[in-house]
Amino acid sequence: MSMSSNLKTLCAAVAASSTLLLAGCGNDTAELGGSENGITELTVYTALEADLLKSYSEAFSEDHPNIKINWVRDSTGTITAKLLAEKENPQADVIWGLAGTSLLKMKSEDMLATYAPENVEKLDSKFRDNSKDPSWVGMDAWVAAICFNTEEAKKFNLSKPTSWQDLTKPEYKGHVIMPNPNSSGTGYLDVSSWLQTFGDDKGWDYMDNLHTNISRYTHSGSKPCKLAASGETAIGISFAYPGAKLIGKGAPLDLVIPSEGVGWEIEATAILNTTDKMDAAKTLVDWSITPKANKLYNQGYAVVAYPGIAQPVEHFPAEVTEKMIKNDFEWAAKNRDEILSEWQKRYDGKSDPKS
Amino acid sequence: MTHRAEQPVQSNLLPLSGHKLELDTESLFRKLWLIAVITVLIASLVLPLSALLVHSFQDSDKNWVGLSNFITYLTNPALTHSIFNTITLGLIGTVVIISTAFTFAWCMTRTQLKGKSIFKGIAYIPLLTPSLLSAISLIYWFGNQGVLKEWWPFESIYGLSGIVFAISFWAFPHALIILTTSLKQQDARLYEASEVLGAGPWRTFFTVTLPGCKYGLISATAVVFTLVVTDFGIAKVIGGQYNVLATDIYKQVIGQQNFSMGAVVSMVLLIPALITFIVDQWVQKKQQSMFDSKSVVYQPEPNTTRDAFGFVYCTLIAIVMLSIIVMAGYSSLVSFWPYDLTLSLNNYQFDMMDGGGWGAFTNSLIMATGTMVVGTAFIFLSAYGCQKIDVWPSLRKVIHMLSVIPSAIPGLVLGLSYIFFFNSPNNPLNGIYGTFLILIISSVIHFLTVGHLTMVTALKQLPTEIESVTESMKVPFYVTMGRVTLPMTVPAVLEVGIYLFVNAMTTVSAVVFLYGVDTMLASVAVLNMDDAGDTAPAAAMAMMIFISALAVKLLYSGFSYLLLKRTDKWRYG
Repeated sequence: MSMSSNLKTLCAAVAASSTLLLAGCGNDTAELGGSENGITELTVYTALEADLLKSYSEAFSEDHPNIKINWVRDSTGTITAKLLAEKENPQADVIWGLAGTSLLKMKSEDMLATYAPENVEKLDSKFRDNSKDPSWVGMDAWVAAICFNTEEAKKFNLSKPTSWQDLTKPEYKGHVIMPNPNSSGTGYLDVSSWLQTFGDDKGWDYMDNLHTNISRYTHSGSKPCKLAASGETAIGISFAYPGAKLIGKGAPLDLVIPSEGVGWEIEATAILNTTDKMDAAKTLVDWSITPKANKLYNQGYAVVAYPGIAQPVEHFPAEVTEKMIKNDFEWAAKNRDEILSEWQKRYDGKSDPKS
Repeated sequence: MTHRAEQPVQSNLLPLSGHKLELDTESLFRKLWLIAVITVLIASLVLPLSALLVHSFQDSDKNWVGLSNFITYLTNPALTHSIFNTITLGLIGTVVIISTAFTFAWCMTRTQLKGKSIFKGIAYIPLLTPSLLSAISLIYWFGNQGVLKEWWPFESIYGLSGIVFAISFWAFPHALIILTTSLKQQDARLYEASEVLGAGPWRTFFTVTLPGCKYGLISATAVVFTLVVTDFGIAKVIGGQYNVLATDIYKQVIGQQNFSMGAVVSMVLLIPALITFIVDQWVQKKQQSMFDSKSVVYQPEPNTTRDAFGFVYCTLIAIVMLSIIVMAGYSSLVSFWPYDLTLSLNNYQFDMMDGGGWGAFTNSLIMATGTMVVGTAFIFLSAYGCQKIDVWPSLRKVIHMLSVIPSAIPGLVLGLSYIFFFNSPNNPLNGIYGTFLILIISSVIHFLTVGHLTMVTALKQLPTEIESVTESMKVPFYVTMGRVTLPMTVPAVLEVGIYLFVNAMTTVSAVVFLYGVDTMLASVAVLNMDDAGDTAPAAAMAMMIFISALAVKLLYSGFSYLLLKRTDKWRYG
């Protein structure tokens, strides 16, 4: 490896005056080494919730102890941007758990390997890439929801909203928090679903009105729900999983599925075509669509890719499945950049709360 | 000595008598020493910053686009609005911090209040905390579910007022150190003169005290202003929709991976930092002549009113300081704020949350130890080179200058410049990207200036005769360094070491762009957990940083006390 020998040369040069620095370098060059003892390390980029990662990688390593997963986790927008920015020099081997629209964008940039995993035909057709050169495969769907804090609502005398339109009512001014779609996948699926259900002009009008009620936009999609759970805000526009989980923990939350229908997004898996660990990557992707994996997904998500697996999730609103809008992912992927920059111009940093 | 040192290098190649050969090897060694130091500084400071500058003129595919990034920036109202916000925050924050810290420093130096050392110890607590801790604690005091929500005089803590309060806590000791030193250096004879001439206490204050520490005030203002406008952790946690330049860099780079725009915003953020840096340099030159050997140290007389005021004021500040820490600790132990206030350690189960788990905390300890060891060694070697190695005076000036510059470079800007420089596929050093080494190097450079100045001051205090005498005894200079100079500067070496450790533990700004898969850090974990809405676990991790920094600091105090008793006898005769 020329880079590590160059590194050693540098160390040697500096070490002429400092043996301590040499010790520092020595330790770190050792860590640069690749696979040892036949264990392959895969760098996996993900936007899954952090509390899920551990159970996923534990279950996977039960079946494949010779593959070790190194997770890089951040919110959807960030992971997407990171992958695009690293296009010339990709660091990831596999993407496991990222929004379908993001993967479509990467497919159009020719970053993904073509691969149809074993048994992919068993999945619900919504959850697989049906093109000639399949390059992604779905896991589950995550669904938008409103987290509504009943205690805070009593305190401020707020009625329970039942629709997206309700959220623009003056009574909610300053009580609503939503994720910034530029960094959060949940934020983007909200924006994209409003534009699809209300139409372009009415969609932006709706967001203009909603903006006057928003107290702030957050980086991550689960934060608004967590803020609602702890009473920092009465209403958090978020998704169903953290809400259901927090209700289980005793948070005074109601999960509202708005009557107009809710945006949703596939979480999916793909292999980077630049990986030099293709075999291990394929093993991981094959595993990711097994019934065993889908059972794990079902712990947090009511809708999963493998038919017949999904059981009702505790505290999860039952009507979720029927309220999912007809989502045009091609459209959402193609117009992503344009929508996001329009959103930033309109709402980001323009109105500062008085303080 | 200079005569010998300046002998031409090539003479080394000629067959010479043993004695002469020794001297020439030594002279070559001196030169290699300085070359090694300047090489490290160029590779870890000059080249990365140049890469940043270049990138601000390139698009994401590295094509030269001239000023077009800057034009895009200036035509985006969401971004330019941040300039205005940043300046507003800088001005308000600086006024608040300087006035509170000045009053505190005045109480410490001009009154005889009881318990000065306790007050001083409490006032320095923020130095041991990540800046995010104060912001998180403030949420639990005055947030929408805060214990004292009604006491907050402004509409909401999420915004300018919250940032100002949190940053005032964190930057307070930085101002206090400078102002206390400056007030201490005032000549007591001026106060006598003022009294003899019949001036009252207020008149004396305005004609003696204030003018006497004007340079300290200017210097503290410059330092504090830079801290306030370049910190992003606090603005990120508690800023709400109040965007500032520092959060914009973070959003552009981390949120949208728009590195070119990040570079442009960095350039904008460098402007105020560089201006204050130049002011500070100018002031420090002026200040040196203020206190001379004839000056008399001022000793405050007892004065009931003055002392009572001092006690009340310092107690108030101490209460505020302690309540920030106590609330961070308390909230980290509460099971589910605000609905279940039973105490538990649930929030310390870092492995179940975003942010890298307990591994992040261990990583921080490794990184801080590495920064301490590598940084102290490098700082000693470069300061020694500047001060004691008698060749190439102009190169030594350059080394000194480069060592002072990092204080003006915001951590975020330094971190971003490291991405550009070290992550480039053409850089033979790119193997260090994502390892502990890059975190250590960036932290050493980020905190280089204070360490360098401390070490240079310590070396200056040693008599130069040591070198002349040992030289005439034909002892090589490095032996003198190892046997005489190094032992005599042990207190400064320890001080630099602990300074580096504590800062490496608490910093987020430079490392937030540089950590890799296996090198997630505790301070970054605090930020990420807060981002994900896990505020209480973020408070827990911030407390872990504070506790470990405090433990190491106490350990150091005990250790240095014992060591000084052994090695420092010469100082006290």
